[in-house]
Amino acid sequence: MDHEHLIQLQGLTKTYGKGSASFQALKGIDLSVERGEFVAVMGPSGSGKSTLMNILGCLDVPSGGRYQYESIAVNELSTNQRSLLRRHALGFIFQGFNLLARTSALENVELPLLYRGMSRRERHDMAISALESVGLGDKLRNTPAEMSGGQQQRVAIARAIVTHPTTLFADEPTGNLDSTTTVEIMELLTRLNRDRGITVLMVTHEDEVAEYAKRVVRFRDGHIESDVLNEPVLS
Amino acid sequence: MIWNAFHIALREIRRNLTRAFLTVLGIIIGVSAVVTMVTLGDGATESVKNQISALGSNLLVLRPGAGFGPRSRNAPAFTLDDAWAVRDQIPGIAAVAPIRSSNFNTIYLQNARSTQVTGSTDAYFYVNKWTIAEGRMFTQQEYDAGAPVGVIGETVQEELFGPGINPIGQKIRVGNSTIQVIGLLKGKGQVGMGDQDDTIIVPLPTIQMRLLGRNSAHDINVISISAEDGTNSDLLTYQINALMRQRRNLHANQPNNFHVFDTRQIADTLSASTKTMTMLLAAVAGVSLLVGGIGIMNIMLVSVTERTREIGIRLAIGATAHEVLLQFLVEAVTLSCIGGLVGIGLALGLCTVLADLIQVPYAFNSQINLIAFAFSAGIGVLFGFAPARRAAQLDPIEALRHE
Ligand SMILES: Nc1ncnc2c1ncn2[C@@H]1O[C@H](COP(=O)(O)OP(=O)(O)OP(=O)(O)O)[C@@H](O)[C@H]1O
Ligand SMILES: [Mg+2]
Repeated sequence: MDHEHLIQLQGLTKTYGKGSASFQALKGIDLSVERGEFVAVMGPSGSGKSTLMNILGCLDVPSGGRYQYESIAVNELSTNQRSLLRRHALGFIFQGFNLLARTSALENVELPLLYRGMSRRERHDMAISALESVGLGDKLRNTPAEMSGGQQQRVAIARAIVTHPTTLFADEPTGNLDSTTTVEIMELLTRLNRDRGITVLMVTHEDEVAEYAKRVVRFRDGHIESDVLNEPVLS
Repeated sequence: MIWNAFHIALREIRRNLTRAFLTVLGIIIGVSAVVTMVTLGDGATESVKNQISALGSNLLVLRPGAGFGPRSRNAPAFTLDDAWAVRDQIPGIAAVAPIRSSNFNTIYLQNARSTQVTGSTDAYFYVNKWTIAEGRMFTQQEYDAGAPVGVIGETVQEELFGPGINPIGQKIRVGNSTIQVIGLLKGKGQVGMGDQDDTIIVPLPTIQMRLLGRNSAHDINVISISAEDGTNSDLLTYQINALMRQRRNLHANQPNNFHVFDTRQIADTLSASTKTMTMLLAAVAGVSLLVGGIGIMNIMLVSVTERTREIGIRLAIGATAHEVLLQFLVEAVTLSCIGGLVGIGLALGLCTVLADLIQVPYAFNSQINLIAFAFSAGIGVLFGFAPARRAAQLDPIEALRHE
């Protein structure tokens, strides 16, 4: 077995529904992602980007094919084992932020650590340093309602990276943000990828956003249409 | 892991205190109702028992007449020999006190009132459970001589002398005679409809010769009988009846012209009926506890729907279905336990206030408190399970998409 790849997909399919009402959203995907890559997934609406991200992120199961994460055959894992893989190796960022309402930034970021059974002190320290690394050291006590969209997304990023995941999945992380905030978030993700070696897989519709990635995978109707490397961004 | 779930559940409860309070309101009311009912009911039973045992130890009371009512007036009274016959001929009797009592006007300085004066032997103190608070009982010499001495009850002391005056050694006017107070009885309080402490106890010859001024053989109006512990009071009553019928020359076709009151039997009947009442009230309160449990289930189910996105978030960041189930279950149990504790606290306050108000003794009943608490915890598990399982079965993607 090839252990070079972080993520390896072979003939991955996903079919929603049953019988005549069924719809095949992924029609046999072959894809490999290496450790430390920054991949942008693009494509028209309904082409299967989110479906792929959900399967990669172990939130959903494929209907067929093979999904290997590191040396783990994910398609053979139980629901419980997939939860544990999410907990220990994967981080998520959503378009809608998905923070707990009426809960402070600090508590939101502490949440994944709670499930790891860490001590109060450890949780606290790790959450604060995660929030500081996204530039929110001064907003620890703010609830989502008391923050801008960009700040909320940065809390969500802090929550995703506080567990030191290997891979970060981001489904349209800048979809709800204006262009200035988008730049902030993308620079943050780039830094996490470059400085911490976190592998980033990100869905986006915007070319300016995709430019931050090192590699762009384009989808069309459940197929990979193209898979190209970006020229290095010189800054 | 339980500890972790407990921690997460507590956080959730703290985040929504109002919701938590409304959720457990039913439990609080249910638990406090059950505990209060049972505690007060126990108190009432206890109070009935106390009142009756204050009358005397294993007391049987022999009175002329077939019972209460006009017919008892014409029935002949007893003789002293009747009392001694009961004492000497019937086995299982600890003491017998022949009693001659009557109401007299009593006067001390400018205070006057009408009081029941009881003449009897020293056995009366034992049979009717009187203890001396101050001073002494009358001596055998005083008894034999029919000396003008008496022991007064608390009410007489309060009404005739007032506070701060030591009645011992004082002389009071009783009817047309003067009686010297030699002792003060320890108070018994109100029993049933009569004030037991409104009494003066004198030697039997004193009331017969000095106060009433005549010495008839047939003037014993009550014979108080104290049975030995463990005797069968039905048998005793039967034997006393037989003996008295014989002594009063009643033919087989004549009804009794006397009757025997068995206080033990009355006590049993009364406390049995208060117990039944308590059970009934507790059962009604128990229903409200059940309704409280359904309230928890209802609100937990609503909250699962309301919190679908939260559950999705938890699942996405790596919570297992098992942990989500545990979180909701622990949340329900924690809530209902808190409700149980608050209910017990409330019941504590209610019992103290109400026991005072309706004048029953209050005793903390740890058993019913434990049962009520365990019950509320059980309700948390029972009614928390369905919502918890529903939460755990949610699909993470569906849950995240939920608005
Ligand atoms: N739960 C579902 N049941 C049935 N069909 C679904 C389900 N989820 C997605 N689909 C279908 O699968 C296809 C791919 O959906 P997906 O969400 O992956 O698209 P996407 O590329 O993320 O689109 P967008 O850019 O609009 O987010 C769509 O045609 C969609 O209608
Ligand atoms: Mg999508």
